[in-house]
Amino acid sequence: MTRALVNVPKTAARGEIIEIRAMIQHPMETGYREGLNGERIPRHIIKRFVCKYAGEEIFSAELFPAIAANPFLAFTTIATESGTLTFEWTDDRGETQTASAEITVT
Amino acid sequence: MMLGRVVAVLVALLTSLGGAHAEIPAKDRRSGFDFMSPQTQAMQADDTSNPGMFAVLEGERLWRESQGDSGKSCASCHRDAEQSMRGVAARYPAYDEDTKRPIDLAGRINRCREKRQSATPLARESDALLALTTYVAHQSRGMPIEPASDPRLEPFRNRGRRWFERKLGQLQLSCASCHDDRPGARLGGSVIPQAHPTGYPIYRLEWQSLGSLQRRLRGCLVGVRAEPFEFGAPEYVEIELFLMSRAAGLKVETPAVRP
Repeated sequence: MTRALVNVPKTAARGEIIEIRAMIQHPMETGYREGLNGERIPRHIIKRFVCKYAGEEIFSAELFPAIAANPFLAFTTIATESGTLTFEWTDDRGETQTASAEITVT
Repeated sequence: MMLGRVVAVLVALLTSLGGAHAEIPAKDRRSGFDFMSPQTQAMQADDTSNPGMFAVLEGERLWRESQGDSGKSCASCHRDAEQSMRGVAARYPAYDEDTKRPIDLAGRINRCREKRQSATPLARESDALLALTTYVAHQSRGMPIEPASDPRLEPFRNRGRRWFERKLGQLQLSCASCHDDRPGARLGGSVIPQAHPTGYPIYRLEWQSLGSLQRRLRGCLVGVRAEPFEFGAPEYVEIELFLMSRAAGLKVETPAVRP
């Protein structure tokens, strides 16, 4: 189980551009490093990240081994309606995890 | 890269031969924060972009989780860490009555696990011990470092100072050769800070993870090609004791981000 810190404004005016930030706890192991025993440490990275706003996909990203541990993603969208932002990411071990945040649009 | 660093160290060594070092006056003491790029400073300053905050959250969870045969959690005795642990990290290492030696925060957490919680001590540099230490130290963020004034600590503090000033390793460099004599200069591509332990455990970008002061000291010992002490060795605690008195007045930053 990993953690994520998502930052979404609690309230926004309709039509306002809002910034959404997410930091996900993940080792982002590149697969190029060797451990103490000289064996290669298997790659373990987040492959895909998706953000949905009221059920509609507004942002997605593919991640690669060069991205640092605990990736930080920031992006913007237009506040259209009150609802839930969901964040979903999948890593090399096939684990999919989610986080969510509420926004009230006035 | 490595060769470049070694050459830089050798140049520094040759130019420092014969020169007695001077301590940094109190008014000129600067946290490593001030030596970082604005980008890294911003990363630390914002809790939503500081990866050390993950350890704070995990530490908070562990604080409330019962451990060992006693069934007690840290919170069973110490209650709300925001109150009970406030200021603790600013005065550690403290004198330990049991061993008649100074003890660091991680050591104290492990002692509490054994004595009060009847739990097995956590390994040094394990995620759990780092998280608990970070959570406890985080409660002192923003408070000035006030080293323990217990006179029984004085001989250990002096030993820490001697370690700091002693030339070590194949490169025959002391901590002071860099951190007292040429802070602000560069070693390879990296700026040399004044070596104040203001934000430990730190999230270090080079490590891509959280680590303790002992891990950081180990890095410098290997850098001067000395044999590092084992994790948890008393020498590290003595050095920490001296470094904290050297950093008196600077603010606790845990969890700090460092390059």
